[in-house]
Formats: sequence, C-alpha cells, structure tokens
Amino acid sequence: MQQTVAGVPTQAQTQPVLTLRGVSKSFGAVRALSNVDLDLRRGEVTALLGDNGAGKSTLVKILAGVHAADSGVIEFDGKPISISSPTAARDLGIATVYQDLALCDNLDVVANLFLGREHGRLLMSEEAMEERALDLLRQLSAKIPSVRTPVAALSGGQRQTVAIARSLVGEPSVVILDEPTAALGVEQTAEVLNLIEKLRARGHAVMLITHNMADVDAVADTAVVLRLGRNNGVFPLSEVTPEQIVAAITGATDNTVTRRAARGRRRPAASPDAGVEPADLEPGTTKHSTVSTPTNSEPTGETTP
Amino acid sequence: MSQTSATPGTHPLDRQDERLIQHTGVAGAIGGFLSRVRAGDIGSLPIIVGLILIWGIIQGLNSSFLSSRNLVNLATQCAADGVIAVGVVLVLLVAQIDLSVGSMSGASSAVLGIGLTSAGWSLPEAIVIAVAMGALVGLIYAFIFVRFNVPSFVVTLAGLLALLGLQLEILGNHGSINLPFNSAIVAFMQRAFVPDVLSYVLALLAVAFFIGSRLARARRRRAANLSTGSLVSLYVKATLLLIGLEFGCWYLNKTRGVSLPFMLLVVLVMIVDFFLKRTKWGRAVYAVGGSVEAARRAGIKLWRVYVSVFVLCSMLAALGGLMSAGRLSAASISSGTGDTNLNAIAAAVIGGTSLFGGRGNAYSALLGIVVIESIANGLTLLSLTSAVRFMITGGVLMVAVIVDSMARRSRAAHGAA
Repeated sequence: MQQTVAGVPTQAQTQPVLTLRGVSKSFGAVRALSNVDLDLRRGEVTALLGDNGAGKSTLVKILAGVHAADSGVIEFDGKPISISSPTAARDLGIATVYQDLALCDNLDVVANLFLGREHGRLLMSEEAMEERALDLLRQLSAKIPSVRTPVAALSGGQRQTVAIARSLVGEPSVVILDEPTAALGVEQTAEVLNLIEKLRARGHAVMLITHNMADVDAVADTAVVLRLGRNNGVFPLSEVTPEQIVAAITGATDNTVTRRAARGRRRPAASPDAGVEPADLEPGTTKHSTVSTPTNSEPTGETTP
Repeated sequence: MSQTSATPGTHPLDRQDERLIQHTGVAGAIGGFLSRVRAGDIGSLPIIVGLILIWGIIQGLNSSFLSSRNLVNLATQCAADGVIAVGVVLVLLVAQIDLSVGSMSGASSAVLGIGLTSAGWSLPEAIVIAVAMGALVGLIYAFIFVRFNVPSFVVTLAGLLALLGLQLEILGNHGSINLPFNSAIVAFMQRAFVPDVLSYVLALLAVAFFIGSRLARARRRRAANLSTGSLVSLYVKATLLLIGLEFGCWYLNKTRGVSLPFMLLVVLVMIVDFFLKRTKWGRAVYAVGGSVEAARRAGIKLWRVYVSVFVLCSMLAALGGLMSAGRLSAASISSGTGDTNLNAIAAAVIGGTSLFGGRGNAYSALLGIVVIESIANGLTLLSLTSAVRFMITGGVLMVAVIVDSMARRSRAAHGAA
C-alpha cells in the first residue's frame, strides 16, 4: 500500500509543523517526560513508540491540551505556543483520536462528526452537515453504508473511521491517533492503515501511537522512540530494521523479543516453557532484563514511567 | 447488493453505498418501517398498540368510557401531569432523574393558594413567583449534582422531602385553601375550551404546517443532492393525520370540545420537540444522555446542559402544580402527593423515553400521560378503589420498562443500540 502513495515529500525538505524542544513533565516525584524533542511534518506519518510507561500517553495529553508541560518549548509553524486546554489544541489544529473513540452510540454518524460544532446559527443545518460528512467520508474512501445509521450499528473499523473523520472536520494540521488498531481485526486494521495513508496524502501531519511493529512498518515514515521518558532515537523507516527499533524500545539488543525470535527460529513449534529463560534470571547478562516485557496494549491512563 | 435495478450512480449522495437496502416509494416506506420494528427500533408503536388495547378493554367493561363527555374530561385531566411529564422527559434524556416533581408541584400550588388569598398577590405575580421558585430549585439540584457529583436520584429525593416540608410550611395551619372561583386560572383549567370552528381550523393549520415543513426539508435536501422521502407517503401520512385530528375535534365538539389546558400541553410538547430536534442545545442533551465522556471531549459544556434540564424540569413541575391547583380550585397539604410523582415519571417512561438516557422524545410525555390517565379514568368509571388503580398503574409501568429493556436488547442484537 505504502508504495502506491506517490509524491510524498521527503521529510528533510519540509518544515515541521509542530516542534517540541526539551519538553518535561513531572507528576509528583515521578518524571514522566524529560527533555523530549519531537518534530511532526505535514504529509508525514510519525510513529511514536515506547514500552508501557515510556511517556507516550503523557506526551499525547500535552499535545491534546489535557496536561500542561512543566518546561520546554512547543512551536507551531515556527511560533512558540502554549496548549492550555483541549479546546485550545483543537483551535490550533491539533486533533486527537483517543483509543476509546468517545462516540455517542445513540446519535447517527453525522451528529457524531459535528458534535460540539454543529453547522448553523440558531437551528442546525442538517443538510450542510450531511453533505460535508458524505464528502469527508468519500475522501477517506470510508465504507459507511449510511450516515444516518446510529454509531452503535457500526463495526469496530467503521467506528474508528467515524472517529478519524470527526477529527478532520476542523481541517487540522496535526492528527494524533492513539492506538487506532489495538482493538481491530485483520481486515479492519488494513482499512485503518489505508485511512492513515489517506490522511498523509491529504497533507496532515500524522502521529501514530502504537505497539504494533507491523503497523509501523506498513505506514510510518519516521519512528520516534521514547524510553523511560526520554528520547531514545529517531529512525527513518527506510533505513532501519524492525529489530533496531525494538532494541531502542527495550533499551537492549539482547532482549526478550530478540531471544524469543531466536528461539522461534531454532524451534519452530511453540515452546511450552516460553515464559522463563535462564538468561532472565541472571543479572548482568542483559542490560535491562527487568523492563523489557513486550505487551500488546497499555492502559490509556498510564502516566508514570 | 442493492435491491433495485438502478445503478449506484443514479442514487442521491447519501444512498450511493451499494450495500444499502434501497427503500423507495410507498411499498419501500412500509417495508422500511416493518424492518425497523423487527430490529427493535419500535418508537411509539407499542404504546399506541397498548393504548388501543386499554381503551378497548375499558370500553368493553363500561360503554360510557369512550363517550365524548368522558374523553373531554380525560383530555383535561391529562394537562397538568402531562406538563410535568415533559420536564421529566428532559431529565431522563440526559440519563438523570427528578423524583421531586410531585413535591415541587405541591409547593408551587401552595404558593399560588397563599398568594391569591392571604398574601393578596395578583394571579400573574403568583404564577411568576411559583415558577421562579421552580427555577431556583432546579438550579440548586444542578449545582449540587455538578459541583459535588451527588447522584441525581439522591439530590432530588432529598428535594422531595424538603419541598414537602416547604409546602406544609407555606400552608401553615390551613389544611386546604380554596382558590377564588372567579380566578382566571380556575376558569382556564375548568371552563376554557377552543371554539368549535377554531378547533377545525387549528387542526387544518397543524397538518398544513406538517406538510410545509416536510416539503421545505425535502427541498433543502434535494438542493444538497441528498435523498428525499417519498412524496406519496408524505401525503398519505398527512391525510391520515388530518382525518384523525378533524375526527377527534368533531367527536370532542359533540359536547364541550377541546379544552385549552390540553391544547397548552400539546403546544408545549411541540415546542420542546422542536428545540430537542433542531437546536444545538437539543443535540447536546441527546449527546450527554448517550455518552457523557464523548460529549465532554466534543467541547460541550456539561454543566450548562445539566442546569438547563434540571431548571426546565422543576419549572414545568411548578407550572403543572399551578394547573392542577386551578383544576381543583384548591391548594392543600395533599396537593402533589400521592400519584403525581408516579404519574409524571411513569408517563415519560411508558411513552417511550428510555430510563438509560439519550433515547426518547417530547411526544412520549403526551402519549404516556394519555395512557396513565386513561387507566385512572377507566378504573374510576368501573368504581374500582385507588388501591386497585395504584397496582394496575404500577403494573403498566413495569410492562413499559420491560418493553424498553427488551427493545434495547433487540437493538443491540440488530446493531442499532
């Protein structure tokens, strides 16, 4: 799929739309983020990676205006800004699609897309909203049978589509997707990945938060890795292997993931003793053996590293 | 996939997805209605079926039930509690409840009674003060609910007791105050009827308005290249509506006619329905009832929505109290106690407003109160005691809630929850 999207400008030539320099955030005695730098560019998909507690969610919440950064500079189109509230983030053009989507099941697709910013002055102009909704969904090649069906009647992938389309209503510069494929099946994941490519083609700066290396490999241009609240590398996807990114996430080239991979090659059949490796129990043989647990998902509320 | 032979390209913008089942024409409209019912999207169908059943049974037991004279009474009886039920619908739509509407109406009628007699206020003064008291009470509920996160049923349960105390305090050692019989509110509630000719004209105007607004919407949708409903089915509906309304007017006009308090209820329901369906406020009310978190993230100011519905609910309860005081031409310590609370809340639920929030409409207050009052009226005609009446009303409420819960489950199974 990625090869079919032509004309994506290479990242080196474009100015970042959103820049973070030295952003730090503490919760009490816990330093969730320290001196984090990040660049997001238009027409580019940046994957934000990191293990549980690496600070991804904190970073997303700072960009979405839920938390304020303690220190550091956030620049939008080269101008320093502060994101004081979710509304301020939306007005700046930073749209966030949370993992739980936050859709109203009882309302139809159109009502959900325009919730909180309905067209019309005294009365809502349903026709204008419906026309715009159909237009947006068509641009995303979304498969929604009717925009007047209640959201409850839609599948997981369709709901994700509605949530993403809703983030585009205000024509934002930056779209942040928090684990958009975490709860989806194979087919629906592919649909959402197509959608992310559509967003890139529309010229949005996309930040994709995920644990799924296959998704990163499929759509991301750049991978930004956080580890224990600090930057741990920026990788252009064209130049690195997934193993290198995993190494940056876990902090070691010799980690549970690579050991599993190596073991898998030696013994193709599933190993009954997969959980415990002698190396895990020996301190000193690995650099960070205690923190390198690969997991599929993380609670959205996590804040502590 | 599409059931018609037309290619997707010829469909309006919103009907182009090939997986959509195309319902066109009158047959399509009926088919679409039937498939919606099968999927649990039943709307007011069970309530209308239930109403026909109830009317049939009572008429079978006492042939004077469906007489013009009795139906005129029934319509007037609906007005006061119906107005209260409209407020309850609003609170239920945001998935909250107000258990104090009965006490609120009682306190409001006490204010009217004292105001018109010993305090010497004019009627408009008394009405404004009573309704303003309702607004204040609603404001207090909303403040406690929003600020301290106390569940609304506890806040309003406390309010029920407090308002009952206020009612007793206001009445002092008068157990019951008779309103002046020539007072305008008594005349309005007991003796005000729409003139015969005017009632026919109003029914005609209502249908004309219905057709006009539907045609205007169809024109706007066509301009936006969206699908429009079938014109034939619009005219069929309008004709049925016209026949129904004109027949109803004619039947009531055989005796005293359509009472003004009932008209007040109908107009109130239409206004509230309009605001719920067409304004951003109404959309916010449904959104909060559907998902509080989604509404909050969409930038909806939750406290504004809660304040508006609690204030409106208490104000309408106060208004309902004034109306029932006018109807009885008395305010007493028993005003608003007994079945007022149950009737108003049961009417909203029986009419099809979900207790789970986000689903229902203003018309459910009207339909529900007609059912409740039909049962009350019919059982009185059958000379049954209020003991039996309470039990039967409770049973009907239970059936309505069971239907609500089952429809909810069916919607979930058919993917339309």
